[in-house]
Amino acid sequence: MDHIASLFPLGWAHYLAGGLLIGAGVALLFVCTGLVGGMSTVFSSTWSFVVRRPFFQQARFTDSRVWRLVYAAGLVLGALVWWLGFSDGAPGSTDIPAWQLLLGGVLVGYGARLGNGCTSGHGICGLGSLQLPSLGAVLTFMATAFLVANLMGRFA
Amino acid sequence: MSGFTLSPLKALAVLASGALFGFGLSLSTMVRPEVVLGFLRFQDMGLMLVMGGAVVVTLLAYRFGPKLLRLPLLGGYFHQHVSAWNRDTLLGAALFGAGWGLCGVCPGPAIAGLGTGNWDLLWALAGIALGALLQGLRART
Repeated sequence: MDHIASLFPLGWAHYLAGGLLIGAGVALLFVCTGLVGGMSTVFSSTWSFVVRRPFFQQARFTDSRVWRLVYAAGLVLGALVWWLGFSDGAPGSTDIPAWQLLLGGVLVGYGARLGNGCTSGHGICGLGSLQLPSLGAVLTFMATAFLVANLMGRFA
Repeated sequence: MSGFTLSPLKALAVLASGALFGFGLSLSTMVRPEVVLGFLRFQDMGLMLVMGGAVVVTLLAYRFGPKLLRLPLLGGYFHQHVSAWNRDTLLGAALFGAGWGLCGVCPGPAIAGLGTGNWDLLWALAGIALGALLQGLRART
């Protein structure tokens, strides 16, 4: 038990329950509509409303932009239900500096779209459909994430 | 994908699916960048359980959904996640990981975190939107 406590100092049940619910959301989407619900595409498809460039006007973005926005709204709604009904009520906050959130975000957005998937697209949907390229992507982004997080932890 | 129409019932199903996803992200505390960075610094392995739990449920649905049902419950057809291994996937994943390790925020939590009242995450959300725009402007298609 000590070993488990050292791996999960904050407990483990909420992690597992949260993961199962995330999977349930992706599963419900698939069973009801047949759609594959990664998260990063919404950041490209939403630009198709305002950017005329042919890249953003591809059918894969224009045909999916509405449901992807509804899916994103659902994400906020589900989190709101948790915050108002199941948390201690304190609003979320972070001590990570704004420049780090912004610069990290730019890399996350650029990289996820170039690599065609993020933690949910490659991690959950890709691994969930046993796609080897997604496994490659997951191993790659885990490696660089470990590297940068530990370097930042050492020097910042 | 072409010709996908969103009936009110489908929209409700999509919204409910997203809500389960967002609730799960919040319950698992993955919406908190500090928790993600703690995992990436090997201080807490919890995110393995989040990922593992989500992948197992998804795997079952992707595998057995199309076998048990001929078509999705609300119509349409079963889409597939198709990924390819090429230079873009490798480079994109590497950049994505570097950004994730820098800020502890990935696309799902950047959106869901707003529902927990964490307005700081707007910085990350704006960054991700900007990054996606830059990628599209630089792409050749």
